This record gives sequence, C-alpha cells and structure tokens, in this order.
Amino acid sequence: MGKAAASRKSEVRSLKSEVPSPKRGPLDLDRLIHERLRLGIVSALAVNDRLTFNDLKRLLRTTDGNLSVHARKLEDAEYIACDKSFDGRIPRTEFRITPAGRKAFEKYLAHMEAIIKAAKT
Amino acid sequence: MAVRPEPIHAHVIDDLRFIRETMERAGAFTAVPGWGGVVMGITAVVTAMISGPPDNTTRWVAVWLLDAVVAVAIALVSTVWKSRTSGVPLSGVPALRFGLAYAPPLVAGMVLTPVFVMMGLMARLPGCWLLLYGTAVTTGGAFSVRIVPIMGLCFMALGVLAFAAPAPWGQWLMAAGFGGLHVVFGLIIARRYGG
Repeated sequence: MGKAAASRKSEVRSLKSEVPSPKRGPLDLDRLIHERLRLGIVSALAVNDRLTFNDLKRLLRTTDGNLSVHARKLEDAEYIACDKSFDGRIPRTEFRITPAGRKAFEKYLAHMEAIIKAAKT
Repeated sequence: MAVRPEPIHAHVIDDLRFIRETMERAGAFTAVPGWGGVVMGITAVVTAMISGPPDNTTRWVAVWLLDAVVAVAIALVSTVWKSRTSGVPLSGVPALRFGLAYAPPLVAGMVLTPVFVMMGLMARLPGCWLLLYGTAVTTGGAFSVRIVPIMGLCFMALGVLAFAAPAPWGQWLMAAGFGGLHVVFGLIIARRYGG
C-alpha cells in the first residue's frame, strides 16, 4: 500500500470519528455538520436537488480552496456526493446531498431544537 | 474580571438563523432582472404615450401587444444575462418553481385578452392586464427575493384601481404600472441584487 493511500485511509478514519456515535452526550452536536461552512453546504443542498461548485461558492461567499476542503470532508463522510462532468470543454462539478447526509442534517436540527427546549425549561 | 460565557442556546439560535438564511438564499430564484425591468418600464412609458387612452379599437390593443412582445424579449435576454453573470442556474429547482408559479396567471391573461376584445371591453383591459401580471409576479415572487412579490402586489393594487376608475385613466395606470413600477423596482433589484 502506498503512502498516499495510507494517509487517505487515516484521514477517512479521523473523519469517521467526527460522525455522531450513539453514545454521544446530550450536548454533543454532530461535529462534522456543526462547522459553519459545512453546515452551509448541507443546508443549501437540503433545498436543492444539486448545486454546482460555483453555485455553492457564490452562495456561501467562500474561496475555492475552503469550499474544496470542507466539501471533501462531507463527501468522505458520505453526507454529500459529487458528480464531475464536462459542459463542452469546461469541467463541471455538481454536489447533491445523500440520504445519510439528509438524515444527519435532520438529526442535527432536532438536536438543536432539543437544546433550545431544554434551555427554556 | 472574568468574562461570562455565552449560554449554549444563544449559539444554537445563531446556528439555526444561519441555516434558515442559507436555505432561503439557496432556494430563492435570484435571477429576476433589475436592469431588464428598467428597460421594460421605459418601453411601457413610450407605449402609453403612443397608445393614448384605452378605447374600443384594435389599434390600442395592438400597440400594447407589440410592447408585450418587446417586453418578453427584453425579459428573456436580461434574465439569461443575469443568470450567467451571477452564476444562478436557470435549470435549477428555484428557477423551475418560479416559472411554474409565474406562468399560470399570464396564461389566464392571454386567454382573457381575446375574450375582452370580442365582448367590446377593450377599454377595461388595463385592469385585467395589471391585475393578472401582478398576480404572476406575486406568485412567482414567492420563490424569489422579498421585493419581487411586493412589486407584484403594487401591480395588483393598480389593477383593482383600473377596474374601479374611469376607463380613460387606463393610459396613466398602464404607464404607472408597466412603466413606473418596473423602473422603480428594477432599479432597487439592480442595486441590491446584482443587476
């Protein structure tokens, strides 16, 4: 196994550890979605079948590099899927939310609501 | 002096606000052309000057139908231009929702126009057109930025006024609606929403 493949495996392992586990405490949010830009990506994809890389960049007012890094983390966790194609000669990258991503987003929202409810009581 | 930590629910409320705003922006059709609206408004004012007060002649209807064709062409070109410059896809779900909500009142207008003509009610067409165009902008605008449905409601109000007012007022109400409202709201949309 090459060094690159080993490092990729360890990156995926570290991301999987960010995915919520059933043993989380009541105040532990899904760290993978909780980060602001990743939350923005998932929120935007929750109301669109698919969005291109440029749509997301414009919508979230971020840079190419920043969006790439965070989208990759969500992709590795299988919360979003990425399709690459060509529009004529121009490469086109489209993202869509996966069923696992939608479920995680809904869980995250429910979790937030529960925190607000708990704070009110 | 120790800084009091912010309560966790304050962060949560902030996050929920961010999610709501992102979903609203992502789901709204923002390629409504502001500059296109301004140009359509100018052509409508010119048309109102040429057409004169509405009467029961086909000339008056023909002049306005010609303006409608010009306005559709301006709207199409400026929407495509804004979509390309702002990166908002015209094939996306927000655009589809906008189109599906915008079209039915316009189709109703296309059906009612020959009915009004055949019944000799041409002088009442300003009310019909302003009301139905306003309805289209209001229903389509439900899937766009907030100012779009507000513009639609203004058109609807002028439409109601056009039905209530004496028929010759139709010329000025058409100029105020298809001219004035397009120019004013077009400028606001162009300045606040990127063209």
